[in-house]
Parts: sequence; structure tokens; C-alpha cells
Amino acid sequence: MEEQEYEPLIVGFLCNWCSYAGADLAGTSRIQYPPNIRVIRVMCSGMVHPNLVINALTKGADGVLMCGCHPGDCHYLEGNLIAEKRAEAIDLMLEDFGLEPERFRLEWVSASEGDKFARVVKEMTDALKQLGPSPYKT
Amino acid sequence: MAEPVGAVMVIGGGISGMQSSLDLANSGFKVYLVERGPSIGGVMSQLDKTFPTNDCAMCIMAPKLVETGRHENIELITNAEVEMIDGRAGNFLVTLKKYPRRINEETCTGCGVCAEKCPTEAIDEFNEGLKHRKAVYVRYPQSVPLVYMIDREKCIGCGICEGECKAGAIEYDEKEKILEINVGSIVLSPGSSKFDPSVRSEYGYGIFKNVLTSLEFERMLSATGPHLGTVVRPSDGDIPKKIAWIQCVGSRDKAKGNSYCSAVCCMYSLKEAIIAKEHFQGIEPTIFFMDMRAYGKDFEKYYIRAEDEAGVRFVRSRVSGVEEDPETKDLTVSYVENGEVVDETFNMVVLSIAMNAPEEAEILSHRLGFKLNIHKFVKAGLFEPLDTTKPGIFVGGAFAGPKDIPGTVAEASGAAARAANVIATSRDSLTKKKEYPAEIDVSEQEPRIGVFVCHCGINIGSVVDVPAVVEYAKTLPNVVYADENLFTCSDDTQTKMKEIINEQKLNRVIVASCSPRTHEPLFQETCRQAGLNQYLFEMANIRDQCSWVHMHEKEEATEKSKDLVRMVVAKSALLDPLQKSKLPVTKSALVIGGGLSGMTAASGLADQGFDVHLVEREKELGGNLRRIQHLLSDVDPQKKLEEIISKVKDNPKVNLHIGSKIEKIEGRIGNFTTTLEGGETIEHGVVIVATGGVEHKPTEYLYGENPNVMTQLEFEEKLTKGEIDLEKSNKIAMIQCVGSRNEERPNCSRICCSEAVKNALKIKEKNPDAEVYVLYKDIRTYGFNEDYFQEASEKGVLFVRYDDDNTPIVNPGQNGLEITLKDPVLDEVLRINADLLILSVPVLPQPDSEDVGRMLKVPLTKDNFFLEAHMKLRPVDFATEGVFLCGLAHGPKFVDESIAQACGAVARAATVLSKDEIEIEPTISHVVDENCDGCAYCIEPCPYDAITLIEYMKNGSVKKTVDVDESACKGCGCCQATCPKEGIFIWKFKLDQLNAMIDACLGVA
Repeated sequence: MEEQEYEPLIVGFLCNWCSYAGADLAGTSRIQYPPNIRVIRVMCSGMVHPNLVINALTKGADGVLMCGCHPGDCHYLEGNLIAEKRAEAIDLMLEDFGLEPERFRLEWVSASEGDKFARVVKEMTDALKQLGPSPYKT
Repeated sequence: MAEPVGAVMVIGGGISGMQSSLDLANSGFKVYLVERGPSIGGVMSQLDKTFPTNDCAMCIMAPKLVETGRHENIELITNAEVEMIDGRAGNFLVTLKKYPRRINEETCTGCGVCAEKCPTEAIDEFNEGLKHRKAVYVRYPQSVPLVYMIDREKCIGCGICEGECKAGAIEYDEKEKILEINVGSIVLSPGSSKFDPSVRSEYGYGIFKNVLTSLEFERMLSATGPHLGTVVRPSDGDIPKKIAWIQCVGSRDKAKGNSYCSAVCCMYSLKEAIIAKEHFQGIEPTIFFMDMRAYGKDFEKYYIRAEDEAGVRFVRSRVSGVEEDPETKDLTVSYVENGEVVDETFNMVVLSIAMNAPEEAEILSHRLGFKLNIHKFVKAGLFEPLDTTKPGIFVGGAFAGPKDIPGTVAEASGAAARAANVIATSRDSLTKKKEYPAEIDVSEQEPRIGVFVCHCGINIGSVVDVPAVVEYAKTLPNVVYADENLFTCSDDTQTKMKEIINEQKLNRVIVASCSPRTHEPLFQETCRQAGLNQYLFEMANIRDQCSWVHMHEKEEATEKSKDLVRMVVAKSALLDPLQKSKLPVTKSALVIGGGLSGMTAASGLADQGFDVHLVEREKELGGNLRRIQHLLSDVDPQKKLEEIISKVKDNPKVNLHIGSKIEKIEGRIGNFTTTLEGGETIEHGVVIVATGGVEHKPTEYLYGENPNVMTQLEFEEKLTKGEIDLEKSNKIAMIQCVGSRNEERPNCSRICCSEAVKNALKIKEKNPDAEVYVLYKDIRTYGFNEDYFQEASEKGVLFVRYDDDNTPIVNPGQNGLEITLKDPVLDEVLRINADLLILSVPVLPQPDSEDVGRMLKVPLTKDNFFLEAHMKLRPVDFATEGVFLCGLAHGPKFVDESIAQACGAVARAATVLSKDEIEIEPTISHVVDENCDGCAYCIEPCPYDAITLIEYMKNGSVKKTVDVDESACKGCGCCQATCPKEGIFIWKFKLDQLNAMIDACLGVA
């Protein structure tokens, strides 16, 4: 018997300057995407402590999406590059916690990429549906 | 000479007048904003959405309405008109007549009980007559000022309102008042008026019920309109299926309307068609047009979207007439397609009516003493687009010529700069400082959270169950109050919010509505006015992240809205009150680029007394204007250029850095440091980006292979140098859109059609017998340039249309260039043997725009032009504070448009430079000394080198810790995310605050 499709819950960390603006543009352009993400606005992707990502995943989020400005566009010079380095560390931590790599994703979304934001959310939602619920989900 | 009066009168309170007023009041001048009607807001307040972003007009305008209404240095004078004027630039005495409102403006609270009880109805002008209002009324629900008015013509004098008014504000016998006001300069912004479509009787307006004007249709689309956003037929209330838009009703119509093009109708029809379809999927929109004029920034993409995604049908034909079926009230539209007359039935017809000069144009011109052009708009010069013929009186917005909102706003700022110029020496002489009530100390209080959930008209409420979100919010921890509002941002709701904050003793406020990027400052201001620290405010974006992106999943959107509210409630309880620190402002500007825009901006700021550093990397000033040899005007551009260059060179306040390149720019609003190549450094408080653009070099149509193929600019240059003999080369073809409106560059380059017309007229002037062909896709000579297109047609210039399926083919032939083209109208192959082929190529951004963008941390569009903070209402600002833009760097534009925008950048920059100190956001990093063990992990990631390792004696031993330089820290938080011990954090984004949001999101709180 096939398992009933579940609705994954994604926690999103969006930088204020590019990605949050990109999500706003998805709104003003009425680009439809799955209602599975809950956005937390941060000033920069470089602000997101790895512990925040791990906390979200070990407390039951099915995925965490972190979005920042494209390399070179960071409002704070290179906060996004620091986030990128940290993402590598987060990938390693996922293994320790027995989590699949698909559960964490870092994407560059600019203020003019409302369509990209919507696409990323859809892709991640679909991928997490394939993967099934988080092992930490109670 | 006596000092000028440090005050300006702005006449007309639409978006243009509001922008001019705000820029002036925010740079040290007293403003009297005079409005003919009972409230400000103008035509924009009537619009539903705005192109090309489909932003809700009221949503984006409301913050400006509220700020204008609240500003301590803007005095609103409504129901008033100018009677006469005396004096001269620097010191005018203006006499105003203020008509009675019959309700006291000071005591009326805007509660609306009078209107509720009033027994008499009248036509609602705000809803274009599609609805009724009472004889005592406000123009629209978010009116500023929110004061009712008695319509004496409709009022029956029953006195019920007087009995009901708790404030005792009814003053039935109020008389006209004469006011005399002293100002130094005047800005005219009375906007435009509507063309009366009944003049074109063949369309049946006023006779057939289902024929509407575009503005009537706009009201129908609006959530605050006659049917709450539902489009219905006035004849029977049915939702129409087939709707036809007829373009150019009164525009491009010498016979019965205006000869000019109204410049906005193509775009608003696209918008209305898209939005109508969004409201009701079954609607089938058709637009009848002559040329689709989608010439602005990203407009062409909007046009493509309308056709490809929204399924709007386009018919290129002038409609000859409309007939009504007396039974069904359906409408038969007659038009010619492929040479045949077609009769097609529609359920509704919308007439895209022309923008006329304002009704009061002639009276204003007469009373104030400035001249009008033949179209009854203000007469202005190409190089002085914001100046009237009378010194000291300036113009902004549609009264200078029909235009869209971004153009209007840029011009309105520009007019403010021109007006400030006259009275710059009297800055701060008549203004007063903003005062706030003492801040309530909430540090010892338990959180008391208030949640205000917004319907945003129907933008949120039609998808998200707003009452359910409110009820849910009430159940959340620390929430002591929750309610819903139609528009949370409106002036009346802001007043109500302040009352509720005080009554309920709220110490945390949450608004669940739209984006904090646009509305947080407005609500924070409201908190301050209520005595609450502004950093105790939070937002949940349930519109952009719920209702607009999950339109067809109402339940999920409602649940998600509840989640988002729960998350900010959790964060809110943990917020700290914060205080801003202050830094002095370096009162000088850096202008990047010494073309027309850069030089205009530089001398504009210098004339207001600010030091300017103008950096130009080329060896001489002038930019693209150096190449322009003639204009659609008698003005000699090269002579003007010389004048502008000497004005810049002779101004001691302008420091020229010619042949200099910028190496780096550091710092922030108020205090930037720029290093030039070679090491010279410049200190400045603002930056204006005026880096210009370049002409596209085409690769098609034998360009570069055949010497007789050239671009429009190259043609101008060769003609002026005498390299082209038009007696010999007398068969000339031009091809439009070479390198634009294609897959690589979808957008239109705005100016090329008029450039082609300009050069065609020049050819005809030199040799009237020359044959000139212009091969085009759409002729986009918008605004008054339409007259030149007509002139060119009358002088025998042949305009031949081509489309993407039938582009011209050019071959070298025996007798010059052989051009073949299939004419889609006549279905014939046209052959031209041309001596010269002139290609109309687009303006491209500077190839190194990305480098400038990176240096300044400002974004670019997909086409690599600079991207402004907001396409509609912040056209010359960047999202990064203290950085502004103008000219071709923003997108293709004409000389007058570049100048207007450069003046706009001056006004925006002056709002910063006129201040002595700038407030610094306190949301920066803070060290928790007891947690910090001096591991120094945070030092390297800091992009600003703001953190240093220090040691000090603590309890007799050496304690290592880090120290943050507050003026260098910008609050990115890289330190916080690196620290293993929670020894450093960013105020308002602390780890426990973010963790609280995560817990709330996952329901583990």
C-alpha cells in the first residue's frame, strides 16, 4: 500500500535585501508556489547560526531553506560567502544527526527573482515529499 | 537683498504634490499644500493596481498619504484655490480662497456617524458615479485629512448630522475664507483631467450602459469600489465574459480629441485586462489598439506576459463604432481586420480615455502668470523641463505633460529641488522639529502584545480568513488584543492604533499585513507617536507570503497566516526597546558620471550650497549628449551642453575629478569615503549614480560591413560633419528595434521611435524630396512627440510595419542597399533600394554597471540597468540609504526626462545633506562579556573589520573579550552566527528570538 502523501514543513531563512525582496516580488507578481514554507526574515544569510538550522531540523522541520544574495551582491559585502562556507559545515552536521542532505538547501535569490524563489520552494517541497517526513517528527 | 522666504506652496495634492511636499519638508522648508478638493491623493487614490508590478495603488501610496498628513512642516489647505499672486521669486504673496467644508477640520474625528445618519444621497465622484454617497461624506475611506464635508448642493438642511455629531463639529453656516500666505517659490502639481468620451459618439458612452471609461473600470476592479472588486455589467449585474478595450479615445485624434498620445493608456489597459482576468478567470479580454506603447522600464515584458500568460487578445485596428443590442445590452464592435469589416459581440466595452490638461489650467496660468503650450499643459523647455515661464514657479507631474506614476514622482522630486534652489539660503528658517511623547518604560513589564490583522482591501481578505486569524491570535501567549482592519496603513487606522496602544497598555505591537520592507517604518512611527519604542514592533507578511502566492488554496493560506502570526508573537515577547545613536553628516555629495544627468545633479546640489565631487572617467564632460546634434525642438543641444559644462566648471562648490576612476567606496549614509585610482580620497554624505549608458552596436543588416549602414547617432554625427550629402543619398530607410524587443533584450528602448522621427524630419528639412522609409513594429512616440510623428507622416515619411515573423531582409545591391519586407497589412512584398540604411538601436547599460553595483551594494535589473528601490514610488532612490540614481543608468530616456530625474536625485539627496546628523539604526552587534572568552572566532568573518580583541583586568586577572566599533558595524550578524558561546548578538535578531520563531513554527514552544 502506498503511503499517504504528507505535507512537508520548511523553515526558510531569507536575507532582507535580496531574497526576502525576491519573495515579495513573487507576491506582487502573483507567482503561485506551495504553501509549505514559513519564512523567518534575517538581515543577512551570514547571520544564520548553524545551530538554528539544526534546531529546526531536530525539532521537526522537514527541511530548512536558506536564501541569500548572489555572490558579489551581498548588502554586507560577503556575508553570503560566509553563509556558503557555513553551509558546508551544516551539511556535515546533518550526517551526524542522521539527516538526509536534501533537508537543507542554500540558494541565491535576488530581488528580481520572484520566479526563482517560487521555483525553489516548489522543488524543495517536491523533493521532501519524495523523501518522506523528518525522522525527528513526532 | 532680503533673504527669501523659506516656504513653498505646492498646488495640487495628488501623488506629485505629495512627493514634492515631502521632499521639501524633509529638507528644511515649510510647505503649504493646497488642494482643490476635500482630500489629497489625486487620481492614484482611485486606481486599483499599478503597472508593471501590479502593486496595489492604495497600499503603496498609503505611507506617503499618512506621512504627508502627519508631517509637522506640511500644512494641508484643502477646498482651496489660488485667487491671485503678488511679488516675485523668493517672496510671493499668494491669496487663497478656501471654500467652506461646513465641518470643523480641527474637531471632526472622522468617525462617520454623520454620513451613516444622513438621509440624502448623492453621486459618488470617487467611484466615478458608479455608486452613491451621502450628502455628508469623505472622498474615500483612507482620506487625508479624514474630515467629513457637507455637500451643500445635495444637503437638504435637515440638521440630523448636527444632532448626531458627538464632536460638535458641524458648522453649517461656515463661510468662504480668504487666506494670504507668504512663500519663496511655488510648485504646480494639479495633475490632469479626463477626456469626455461622449464627444466620440460612435462609441455610445453615456447611451449604452455597458460602455465604461477606463477609470470607471478601474473603480470596479478596486476592493473599495462599487462591487467590492467584482466586475459587473451596469445593465444587469452579470459578470461579463468578453470585454473589449478601445484604445486612443481622445488621444492621437486631431479631429475630435487631442493630437498627442496620453502616454499611459496602453499600459493601464494591459493592467486592467490582466487584473480583470485575475479576479474572474472566465473573462476574455481583447484590446483594440493602433500601436502598443509599452515603452517604460520592464513594460514590454508586462505586455508579453499579458499575451502569453494572461491570454489577452490584441487586435491592431481602430474601432469604427459600437452598437448595442437593445435586448441583451451586449455590444457589437465594428473594426477592420485584414481589409475586411468585422462585427464582433462583446458583453462590455471599456474606453481608454485620454489624459487632458487639468480643468483649471487656464485659470492658473492667468492668475499666476505662466504660459501654457498648445495642448494647455505647462510650456517648458527641453533643458528646463520643470520650470514654467515665470521665475520661481515650477511644475511636476502630469501638468507638465501626460505621464505615468514613476515619471511623475521623479519629476515631483525634481520640481522640489528647483523650488528649493530659489530659497536655499533660508533653509530651516520656518520649520519646526518633530516631537514625540516621552517613551514609556516597558522594561519591567510583562509582554502585552497587540495584533492588528489587515484585510488590505481584498488583497488578503479574499483569500485568507482574516477574522479566523484574529480569533486565533487572541489565543496566543501574551496577546491581550487582536482586531482586523480594512487598511491598517490608512490614516484613520493609524490614529485608532495609537489609541488602542494606550488604552490597552500594549508594550508590543504586531501588524499582520504586507512586507516590512515597505511598511515597517510607517508602523514604527505610529508606535513612537504612541510613546512606544519603535523596536517593539514586528510584522507578519500574510499578503506577499500567503494571499498573493496561495490564491487558490484558501485554507492553507489561512493556516500559514496563523503560523506566521504565531511566530512573530513568540519573537515579539522577547524584543528589547532600543535607542538610535547619532552620527554627524558629511555635507557633500559624490556624483558618479559627468554626462547630462551627472552634471545636472552636481550643479543642482551645488546651487543649494552643498559641496559636490563630480567624478568622470573620460577625459571630458558631456557623455552621450556630446553625440546628439539636434533635437525635436529648436534648441541646439551642443550649445546647451557648453552652457551646462561651464556652469559646472564655474561653480566653486563643484570639485571636478575628470579622467578619474573610482577604486572603492566605503561607509554608509551620511559618511562615505571614496578612494580614487591614484589614492585620492573623498569624504561625502551621499552618492548619486549617473553613470549613463552606451549605444548598442548591432551585428545584423550589414552593419559594419557596408559603409552605408549606420546607427541613428552615427547618422547625426556624419550629417553634421557634412559626410552625408542628402541630395545624392536621397533614398533612406530606417529599421526600428534593432537589438531590442527581441529574445535577448525583451524590453523596448523608449527613445528610438522619436529619434527616428527626429532624423526623418531632419532629412525632410534638408531635402524635402528625399524618400524616407521607417520600418517599425509599433510607433512609440508617446506624449507630445506624437505631434512630430504626425508631422513626419504629413511630410511624406513612409512608415511601414513589420512583425517578428516578417523582419526586413537587407542585401547589398546594384543600386545601393536592397531591402525587402512583407507588409502584413497589405500582404505585399515591399522592395526599397536605399542609399542609406539607418538602424535604431537600443540604449544599453554601461558594460561595467555590475562593478559599480557591487561597489555600492546596489542591485541591477535583468537587463543590467540599475534597479531602484521601488519602480513606482521611489524611482530615484536605491534601497540602500543615501544612494540615488538618475539618467540612462536607470534606463533609456530623453534629455528632458534625464534632467527631471537628475533634479529628482538632487531633492532626494538634499533630504539627507540638509540634516546635521543622521540617526544610526541600533540593530547592530553587541558583546555579552560574561559569555565571551576571547576566542576571537568572530573577528575574521566581520566584513567591516568592526571587531577587535581586547584585554582588561577583571577581578584581579586578565579577561579577554571583543569590542565592537558601533560606527563600523552594519548589523549583518556574521559574528553572531560564528560565535560558539553566544557571546555576541545582533539586537532584534538574537538567537533566542530566532529560536523562539522556530519553536513556534514547529509547535514545540
